[in-house]
Amino acid sequence: MNTNIHISAAPLNVQSCIDWVLSPESGGIDVFIGTVRNATKGKKVVHLEFEAYEPMAISEMKKIAEAAINKWPVHKILIHHRTGSLNIGEIPVIIAVSAAHRAAAFEACRYAIDTLKQTVPIWKKEVFEDGEVWVAAHP
Amino acid sequence: MKVLAFGIAKEIVGGTSIDVNAGHITVEELKTQLEGQFPRLKQLTTFMIAVNGEYATTGQIVKQADEVAIIPPVSGG
Repeated sequence: MNTNIHISAAPLNVQSCIDWVLSPESGGIDVFIGTVRNATKGKKVVHLEFEAYEPMAISEMKKIAEAAINKWPVHKILIHHRTGSLNIGEIPVIIAVSAAHRAAAFEACRYAIDTLKQTVPIWKKEVFEDGEVWVAAHP
Repeated sequence: MKVLAFGIAKEIVGGTSIDVNAGHITVEELKTQLEGQFPRLKQLTTFMIAVNGEYATTGQIVKQADEVAIIPPVSGG
């Protein structure tokens, strides 16, 4: 198994993600860690809420991981996403990619996070002090 | 037909799923019917329909027993 896909309501663990992609033939690991930012367009964010259509989200995340493995010479790819209520600084997403050489790891990692944001059925609600907004819902 | 709703769609339809009086129609027809029933769906940037956990094309036929879901613009990561 060279892909590892997971959706969890519990906090994500960066070190265990890195440990999972590490392999003896790898020369490097690229890791993207999404973190909850304290503001959007100058407006203070109190917390974020993530919701997933879980079976479909898992299936779309698998497609991304498999496409990345077919497209670049990478060894292992891991995509973990969190659901529920997250405070500032917490981690909603971790993507880790190992490869023999860094270019493939960087490119596959960027592809994975960019595609995840476009295709995976997960939704983020920003909660402000005076209201809340589902991100990207309206033009 | 039971239709699942997520994110803002859940708030628009007033629950995690709704019963739609339809069966064996195209995705496009289902979208039009949903928009008629819930006009606020038309204000979204876009919305997709998933059938059995896969994005559906507009001409695809939706059957009574399928798992159908309204997919508003995604915003994970």
